[in-house]
Amino acid sequence: MTADALPSPAGRDSAGKDPTGQVAVQLTGITKRFPGVVANSDINITVRRGTVHALVGENGAGKSTLVKTLYGMHQPEEGTITVNGSQVTFHSPADAIAVGIGMVHQHFMLADNLTVWENIVLGAEQMGSGGRLDVRGSRARIDELGRRYGLMVDSGALVETLGVGARQRVEILKVLYRGAEILILDEPTAVLVPQEVDELFGNLRELKSEGLTIIFISHKLDEVRAIADEITVIRRGTTVGTADPKTVTNRQLAEMMVGSALPVPELRESTVTQRAILQLAGVRVAGPDGREVLSDITMTIHAGEVLGIAGVEGNGQAELVDTIMGIRPLAGGSIELAGKDIGRSSTASRREAGVGFIPEDRQRQGLILEGSLWENRILGHQTRRPSSRGFLLDRSAAKADTRRIVEEFDVRTPSIFVTAASLSGGNQQKLIVGREMSEDPVLLIASHPTRGVDVGAQAAIWDQLRTARAAGLAVLLISADLEELIGMSDRLTVILRGRLTGSYDPRTVTTQQLGAAMTGAGDDHVGEVA
Amino acid sequence: MTGSRTRRILLGAAAPVGALLVAFLITSVLLLLTGSNPFDAFGAMASAFGRTRIILGTINQTAVYYLAAVAVAIGFKMNLFNIGVDGQYRLAAMLSAAVAGASFMSNLPGPLRIAITLIVAMAVGAFWAGIAALLKVTRGVSEVISTIMLNAIATFVVAYLLTPQMLAVLEGNNISTPRITDGGQVSVITFEGSTTPLFTLGILAVIVGAIYALVLSRTVFGFSIKATGLSESAAIASGISVNRMIVSAMLLSGAVAGLIGMPELLNGSAASYSLNFPTGIGFTGIAVALLGRNHPVGMVFSALLWAALDSSANALQGVGVARELVTIMQGVIVLSVVVAYEFVRRYRLVLEARDVARALAVQTPEAVAV
Amino acid sequence: MSIDSDVATSPPTYRAPRKLSPAAWLGVIAAGIAVVSLVRIWTGANNLNSSGAIQAAITAAVPIALAGLSGLWSERAGVVNIGIEGMMILGTFGAGYAGYQWGPWAGVFFGIVCGLLGGLLHGLVTITVGVDHIISGVAINILAPGLTLYLSRLVFTDAPGGGQRQSPPVPDVARITLPWLSDWLGEIEAKGWFFVSDVASIVRGFCTNLSLLSVLAAVLIALSGWVLWRTRLGLRLRSVGEAPYAAESLGVNVYWYKYIAVMISGGLAGLAGAFLVVGLKFQDGQTGGRGFIGLAAMIFGNWRPGGMAMGAGLFGYTDGVQQYDSTGSAMHAFLILVALALIAVAILQYRQGHKVVAAVAAVIAALCLWWFSATDELPQQLVKAAPYAITLLVMALASQNLRMPKADGLIYRKGEGH
Repeated sequence: MTADALPSPAGRDSAGKDPTGQVAVQLTGITKRFPGVVANSDINITVRRGTVHALVGENGAGKSTLVKTLYGMHQPEEGTITVNGSQVTFHSPADAIAVGIGMVHQHFMLADNLTVWENIVLGAEQMGSGGRLDVRGSRARIDELGRRYGLMVDSGALVETLGVGARQRVEILKVLYRGAEILILDEPTAVLVPQEVDELFGNLRELKSEGLTIIFISHKLDEVRAIADEITVIRRGTTVGTADPKTVTNRQLAEMMVGSALPVPELRESTVTQRAILQLAGVRVAGPDGREVLSDITMTIHAGEVLGIAGVEGNGQAELVDTIMGIRPLAGGSIELAGKDIGRSSTASRREAGVGFIPEDRQRQGLILEGSLWENRILGHQTRRPSSRGFLLDRSAAKADTRRIVEEFDVRTPSIFVTAASLSGGNQQKLIVGREMSEDPVLLIASHPTRGVDVGAQAAIWDQLRTARAAGLAVLLISADLEELIGMSDRLTVILRGRLTGSYDPRTVTTQQLGAAMTGAGDDHVGEVA
Repeated sequence: MTGSRTRRILLGAAAPVGALLVAFLITSVLLLLTGSNPFDAFGAMASAFGRTRIILGTINQTAVYYLAAVAVAIGFKMNLFNIGVDGQYRLAAMLSAAVAGASFMSNLPGPLRIAITLIVAMAVGAFWAGIAALLKVTRGVSEVISTIMLNAIATFVVAYLLTPQMLAVLEGNNISTPRITDGGQVSVITFEGSTTPLFTLGILAVIVGAIYALVLSRTVFGFSIKATGLSESAAIASGISVNRMIVSAMLLSGAVAGLIGMPELLNGSAASYSLNFPTGIGFTGIAVALLGRNHPVGMVFSALLWAALDSSANALQGVGVARELVTIMQGVIVLSVVVAYEFVRRYRLVLEARDVARALAVQTPEAVAV
Repeated sequence: MSIDSDVATSPPTYRAPRKLSPAAWLGVIAAGIAVVSLVRIWTGANNLNSSGAIQAAITAAVPIALAGLSGLWSERAGVVNIGIEGMMILGTFGAGYAGYQWGPWAGVFFGIVCGLLGGLLHGLVTITVGVDHIISGVAINILAPGLTLYLSRLVFTDAPGGGQRQSPPVPDVARITLPWLSDWLGEIEAKGWFFVSDVASIVRGFCTNLSLLSVLAAVLIALSGWVLWRTRLGLRLRSVGEAPYAAESLGVNVYWYKYIAVMISGGLAGLAGAFLVVGLKFQDGQTGGRGFIGLAAMIFGNWRPGGMAMGAGLFGYTDGVQQYDSTGSAMHAFLILVALALIAVAILQYRQGHKVVAAVAAVIAALCLWWFSATDELPQQLVKAAPYAITLLVMALASQNLRMPKADGLIYRKGEGH
């Protein structure tokens, strides 16, 4: 990261004084450590009153930890927090609330069966006479707040009847009701459709004009540029720079987020064959509320090919994986495995047909934590050799094969009888990779295969994948790690809002191209990824 | 890490042992408060086992309680609460008794009669449990509530059928299903000095226990059951059909429940089903399964303990203590054991977290995360 | 972001029930009485709604309603209480012990206290230790009868009029009869006129020989509705049963409100037990499963006091009238009412688009009508199964309308949110 590429931190002169306006929140040198991990290190942020200040960074960059510190959910090891000029220490969210900070969580904390006003006043109820709740007064105050800030919501409605955008407005009203003047919004647009995002931004501008300060956390660069007055980029736990959205360029922002230089893939022979293994045509998948989460997905993966899918989390990757595995039903389109239609097959039959699966959340989907290693070897393969013969388990064969996996994949464990929970993340993942690669699969779905895995295990897993690929395995690789994607893929595509956009050669793609495609700031290249 | 296995076993045993101690302590306090001597009471209970009759009765009851526990445990392995074992076994006992005592049965050879009786009992138990399973899988109805309702309905259905116009006969002052004629029962083993014989159908408990242990540890089906109970999300990702597992588990649970009443029916002197037929065994099964942690061998010990406590209750009268003291002990044991298991479980998590942290500290520190 | 377990069992999605205005409710009630009247006249089963039958129904309904209220308070705070039966049993003992010595109201007080202690135990085990709610409830149901019988043998055996398994008689609380109204209504009732006589007999049943405890129960039900939906305590308590981590994030002390809820729940269960004892005596086994019928009423009433009361009324009716009416004709005629109600359900469900459910309801209605025509009276035992069968039916057919508190049964631990 070169110095001249960085715009200077806005709002402060070299003496460190604040000439332009009052500072609402100032974080200086914040460092937060967890056992084995430094989540935040030397964070410096200045948020001016009456502005929308965006905190941007990739998943895993440290934004959530920082925000929890600011909201009093934990205390930093080093550094100070200053609110409205005075230094503060928070021991709990109540302290933060008392100082005028309100947080709107990414995952809404609402009671579906209670009404809007009940959810808002809970914990800060207005009392009427004789111990009764002042329903009318509360609702009036809420309605007034709603009018003043343009957050229209029916205070008497049951929350469960509200759509996502309305629920978010309720969450905002919750903090406003308690007198918040500094609002922290954690990934507020993660669950919104474009219209709702526009509505939200309109609300935020309203709030800003009333003098409130907004800290907006997101990893969606394009949206952030539309609403923020100032952007601070966080990467790998530390502040990387501040930018003025009006003057910074796309390229500069992308570089801040992702690093100026993309990794260069090593030269290797192409092992891609002409034999199509996985073919998706026009696949559509709907979410629980009827909205489409995947639209018109068309792609083909050949034997010996690794197709990498890049994309900001939450754009449909998880749904795509679930659909291919048969956990989610198809709303339209077709899926073929080696020429056979598997669109209506069960997960079990897909696995038996030779689909291996390395899930994103290994602890929830990939392992039974309380089970032993050899029992976990059986998981997902319990109807086939070597794990079983007919309806009986073949315990000795499973154990022997587990030992083989432990050996071949270098799983560090004292024995195959310990519980999966006692293994480190990297070793758990190596076990899963070893398991899924046994029995010669034809297709491997690898979703974030080296997330949370130590460097050594990561290299080992990559090696195994490359070897299998050379032997003809088709791999669908979904990852947020650009090094992994570029290093492993034969072809790259990007997923954005449930659609696949663009097809890139990892050897020639540029940061700008990828960054633009991932954030939607560039041209929307919606088409077939052949 | 190899020490963890012995540690696990020790921790696993700590809870029931601790619970027993707590139960003894609390009942001793109760005895003292109500003017009795704990030593006399417990001494009387222990001395009851000097008589062969009591020992045999305990063994017979152990088998029955074990069957009930296995029925409940099958559900527990799947995170299902089959409270309906009680209604299932009574309905099964009644209907199979009616079939066993039916006139056409007298013409059939003995082994066939017994086989039919057992099959009817298992089928009725499975059917009754199946209603709850169906409701859960199709309508999402909690099996806890539905089995409680079905228990009560079973009571009344049995009461309705146990009338002379329906399936029962009147013998003197006794209403019961027709007595099973000679050859339809299984012979018992008598011992000198004991009015109570050994119920040979206790062997059912051994067979069921062995099947339970083997299926769970050695079959694909058993693996799927355990996996679904431990992590539904992992089971789905691995291709297991959760609905199918729910229905299978409930049907099997009900079938085993149906066998609960068989020793009494086919070995007992009454040879029929009447209102005197033992009740409440379903709830005992829950307690025994909890105490034995659903483990095929663990439940043997807890069933034995329960039966021993029951058998020694009568001896308390000799020292002027109400026999309900035993029921109180049993209730306290259940409460203490679940509390103890909860503490042990949390302690174990703390220990494991510490192990993991130690292991992590040894590894190269990762780059910044989250 | 993958699908979690709910999808695996795919329960039907929720539909909010339509809310009726008070005027509409009156209309429904009037129509109901008219229908009942018609059935009475056609079948000649006067005990379908005679004042004596109504009184019996009330007496049977009160303990069920109190048990249902007990379950409601607990579950609204997210604690499943299967142990209501056990807490009721503790209540019967307390009422018997204090009642025969110091009068009925002392019995009521002690009954409540004993039940409350049971609730406290349940709370300790589930809230503080974090044991599964159902297991705790089952354990209490094992412990309570044993403890009660043990104590009964100890204290009642040598008491005058008592025995090993029963207490001496406990005097009754005051009963209300409005003399002039009761007599006048009695005359109208005797005339057997359509609709008018039915209204008269129903009202008469409510104002003749009405126990003060029944009045107390009605007051408690109304009070519960008011407290839970109109006061701060109620809002916080309900929030703890719907979204405890959300409540925690807003500074609500979740543990505290759960404890309040289970103690109130225990106290109400104790009161239910006391009701059974007062005017009679304590007897081993007198609760007869009413704790579970109370749970059924709570579910039937969709966890709302008004609905629960209706459910308790219905179940109390089948229980009380069946005992009161020696001819059995009332219960037999009741089948027609059940069939008519099911037909109404079928029509409603059909209009909402649930064809299968409507068909099932219609089939069961047809079965009821056939059963009515094919028999002269209902077997007593099957009538006793009615509350449970009805609840099962409701749960199966109307599961999309039933709304359990969202965090009911959730083992909450502070700080583990998200």
